[in-house]
Parts: sequence; structure tokens; C-alpha cells
Amino acid sequence: MNINDKLAALQFNKSNESHLVVDNDICMRCSEKPCLFICPAQVYNWDEKKCLMNIRYENCLECGACKIACSKKNISWRYPDVEYGVKFKNG
Amino acid sequence: MENNKVEVIVVGAGPAGVSSAITLARAGKKVLLIDRADNAGDKNMFGGTIYAKQTAEIFPKFWESAPVERAITEHKIFMLTDFDSTQYSYRYSSKGAYKAFTVIRSKWDKWCVEQAQKEGVYYAPKTLVKELLIDNGKVAGVKTQFEDFYSDMVIIADGVNSLLAKQIGLRKEFTDSDMTLNVKEVFKLPKQRLEDRFNLDENTGSAVRILGGPLKDMFAMGFMYTNKDTVSIGFGVSLDELKKQKVSPYELLDDLKEHPSVAPYIKDGELVEYSAHMIPEGSFNHIPKVFDNRVLLVGDAAGFVDNIHLEGTNLAMLSGKLAAETAVFAIEKGDFSASTLSLYYKKLKDSIIIKDLKTHNNTINVLKKNILTLTTLCPNLACEFFEMFTSADEISKRVKYRKFLSEVLKSGVIFKMMPLAFYALGRCIKK
Ligand SMILES: Cc1cc2nc3c(=O)[nH]c(=O)nc-3n(C[C@H](O)[C@H](O)[C@H](O)COP(=O)(O)OP(=O)(O)OC[C@H]3O[C@@H](n4cnc5c(N)ncnc54)[C@H](O)[C@@H]3O)c2cc1C
Ligand code: SF4
Ligand code: SF4
Repeated sequence: MNINDKLAALQFNKSNESHLVVDNDICMRCSEKPCLFICPAQVYNWDEKKCLMNIRYENCLECGACKIACSKKNISWRYPDVEYGVKFKNG
Repeated sequence: MENNKVEVIVVGAGPAGVSSAITLARAGKKVLLIDRADNAGDKNMFGGTIYAKQTAEIFPKFWESAPVERAITEHKIFMLTDFDSTQYSYRYSSKGAYKAFTVIRSKWDKWCVEQAQKEGVYYAPKTLVKELLIDNGKVAGVKTQFEDFYSDMVIIADGVNSLLAKQIGLRKEFTDSDMTLNVKEVFKLPKQRLEDRFNLDENTGSAVRILGGPLKDMFAMGFMYTNKDTVSIGFGVSLDELKKQKVSPYELLDDLKEHPSVAPYIKDGELVEYSAHMIPEGSFNHIPKVFDNRVLLVGDAAGFVDNIHLEGTNLAMLSGKLAAETAVFAIEKGDFSASTLSLYYKKLKDSIIIKDLKTHNNTINVLKKNILTLTTLCPNLACEFFEMFTSADEISKRVKYRKFLSEVLKSGVIFKMMPLAFYALGRCIKK
């Protein structure tokens, strides 16, 4: 099943501001890029052409795994501000 | 609440925080419970089941009024091979003596908070604690997104990621091997169909653990729980193993759901939710500093989880209660220093929390080292046994027995089970 279909079953309230921030220069030098596959919501997407990390923060499930798994400790991670982010009704 | 000041602030309204807050209110103390969610539980996810005995210590006879889903009357283990499985079931009649219930966090946590409010706890929902307020080097309260709150003490119950424990240096940065990442999907089914599929009565439920199959190459375990009219299915894997395998957790979950022995349970179910949450590894050596001047650390934030027996909510509630008792002692003494609050650690040591964490201090490492024995070898041999035992054909039984025996010997399972058997034995003997 496509990750977008899974995420479609969820309630999100999108903030205008990302609660996940990376230093793109550091990502450029990161060979492993575990964030790309470890994130359960595929929030991190590497744009090969532009050499740019696209962060779909609005899909974040707020688990905290990326922050720990990032090879270069390059993710500045916090919870979204109140009223924003994901809502679990069947957790 | 006068001037935004109380005796104790509790950050996080999960099982640990609620149990702290209600214990303090029952002792007549002024306590503010804070959570970032709109409704308590909306940010939380677990398997899962709460345990009746330990939950009733905080909420006596809770099952009479709380929103529980089903009383667990069956535990199952599925051992999967690539296409087949053996399944072990332990069923018991509850006779009114409940052991565990499935619950949904958004309903359960909300109910718990309502009980706490009834008993005098101030509750601040939709309130994100940004950091602890430090005054003259001492914790003086919390800074939230909108306003500051002050207190003599703070109980940190902010769960597995505990940013607050990190802020004041109670814990170090986590590493990949400190955490398991869990993903879960919830499928809605007509109630009757769910009960027929799982062989259940109206209010009874089953809890399933799943080993092997798509999860065979790593330290990972699947689970399945029955709720009223939904089935929760998911798995947990340690972050270091996931990184090694270079696979995404949701693809693995899809593979698990498609396994021929699992798929029929959720067939035609409507996907109503997908979620993710981490669990701390839960070993004695990884316990952070759980007390300091004016602060105590409880629940997942302190790493109080027994991953082998899938216990977390119970340890969270117990640690919350012990922290609250310590806080009551400190308030009455008028002394919130680390040395007074060290009473908390003494209470933890006398409780099952530290005892069990010590027992399982190294268990995960031992399991990780021997994981293929459990996830590949044993499931394969179990299926081979049944295959051999149940197939009627022209081959004589003696030839079949011999062949199976030689398979067993060749596999080296006896030799490979030794480290696990000795480890288990060691756990029993050790003082
Ligand atoms: C997949 C899975 C299956 C599990 N299965 C079981 C099971 O079957 N049985 C069992 O007993 N345990 C199980 N557990 C473990 C159990 O869920 C946890 O141990 C338990 O929830 C810990 O309780 P807690 O109160 O410490 O933390 P949590 O329940 O995580 O609560 C923390 C609370 O703090 C709030 N918060 C966090 N930061 C802030 C902040 N800065 N400001 C304001 N609020 C904040 C959060 O919104 C949350 O409500 C499972 C866990 C997972 C992930
Ligand atoms: S793992 Fe960290 S440093 Fe590497 S690409 Fe991802 S975010 Fe960037
Ligand atoms: S917190 Fe979890 S869901 Fe959110 S970006 Fe990180 S890994 Fe993905």
C-alpha cells in the first residue's frame, strides 16, 4: 500500500511552519541518508537534481525516530505547536 | 489556581502523569497536569493492553465505568515461516477476575484525566511545555507556548522522547540501539465478524505476538490486538536493525499483513488509522538520572518499560504513584533537594520496576545475538514437524521420522538454543 493512502486515513492539522529543520549542506555530505527509509511517514525526500532535502513535515507522526537515526545528528526536532500536527483517534 | 502557582506541576497526561497527579490530589496537594494534545490521548499510540491489577491500584474497579474495549482471554504466538506458520494459544476463562483489557488511548487517556479532574487535579490541555523554567540554577516551573507556570516541584512524564529530561541533563542523547520504532494500522470490521474470526465472545479479546515471516531477519516482533470493532496490527523493530536492513517500516508492515497466516484476520477491513511511536529499550543500565533538585522523572521518560513482557503502562502508573508519594513527603518536609527526592529511587528499588529492569538488563542484547534461532530456525522446524506428522502418503513413517530427526540435528537447533537456555536459567538463579 502506498504511504499516501495510509496517511490519508489520518487527521492532520497543517502548521505553516516546519517543526523539523535540517542543515542541507550536511545532508549533501551524508552518504547513508537513513532518514529517507526509516521515517514511517516518508517525510524526508531527497531531490537529486537540486541536491535538496524536501521535508513533508505536515505528514509527520511525531514519533521522534528520525532525530535519533540521523547519521549526522542534523535534525533539529521539536513537537509541532499546539493544535497542529497529527491526531490519533485509534492509538 | 492563584498566580499560576501550584505545589507540583506534572508534564504529560499519559498513564505516568495521570497517576502522579491523581495521587497528589488524593493527598490534598495542589497539582497542575499539562498535556500538549487537544484531548488527552490524541497524540498517543500503543498496542495494546492495560493490566487490570496494577491499573486498579489507581482506578479501583475501573472496568465498570471506563471505556475499555475487550477483556483479554487469549494470548497467542504466531511463528511464521515465509508462507506457513505454527500458532500457539493460551486461553483462559476470566471468571470475572480480569487480567488485561485492550483500550484505545484517545478514549482511555481522556477518561483517566476526567477522573483526575474530579479528584481535584487542575488540567491544562492544548498546552505544550517548551522548557523547564530555571531560576538560580533550580527548576522553578515550566514555560509553555503561551504562559509560564510555577511550582515547588516538576514531575516529568513527557514520554519516550522526553525533551525535558534532556534539557536539564538528566539523560544523554539517545542512540539507535536505545529505541524500537513501532508502526500500527487499525482495521474496522463488523463486530460479529471480528468475534467469529478470532473465536471470541461479546466482550472477550485476544492478544497476538508474531515472530518470523517478513520480520525474520531482524530483532522485531509483530502484534495484533482485538478492540470492540477494530483490529490493531503492527510491529516494533529496533532502530539499529532497521537501519542495517535499509527497509521502510511501512513496507515491512504491508508484508506482514499480506502473510497468508495473517491476512485472513484483517481481510475486507477498512483502514481507519496508521500510526507510529517509539518504545525505550528498557534495561537497567540505560536508566537515566530519575531525580534531581525539584524534579522527578517517571514512565517512558525514565525508560521504565519491560519489552519482553510488553509492559509499559503499568510501570508508568506505578512509577507515577511512587514519584507522587515522594513529592508529598517533600512538600510536608518543605525540602525539595535531590537528597530528599532520592526517596523516589529507594521506592523504585523496592518495587518491581528496578527488579524487573535488572532481570532483563541484557536480555535484548542476548535476543539480538540469537535472533535467527527464534525467528527462522524454530518456526521452520515447527512447521516441518507438522508437515511431517500430518502428511499421508507412500513414504513409511519410520523414514519420515528419521528424515525429520536428521533435519533437527543438522539445523543445530539444540546447540543454538543453549545460549538462550543458559541465559534464562541465569536470570532465575541470579539474586
Ligand atoms: C506499539 C506499542 C505497543 C505497546 N503496547 C503496550 C501494551 O500492550 N501494554 C502496556 O502496558 N504498554 C504498552 N506500550 C508501552 C506504553 O504505551 C508506554 O509505556 C506508556 O504509554 C508510557 O506512559 P507515559 O505516561 O510514561 O508516556 P506517554 O503515554 O507517552 O504520555 C506522555 C504524554 O506527555 C505528553 N507530552 C509530551 N511532551 C510534552 C510537552 N512538552 N508538553 C506537554 N505535553 C507533553 C504527550 O502528549 C503524552 O500525552 C506500548 C507502546 C507502543 C509504542
Ligand atoms: S540522515 Fe540526517 S544528515 Fe543524512 S540526509 Fe538524513 S537528515 Fe540529512
Ligand atoms: S518524527 Fe517520525 S514521522 Fe516525524 S519525520 Fe521523524 S521519523 Fe518521520
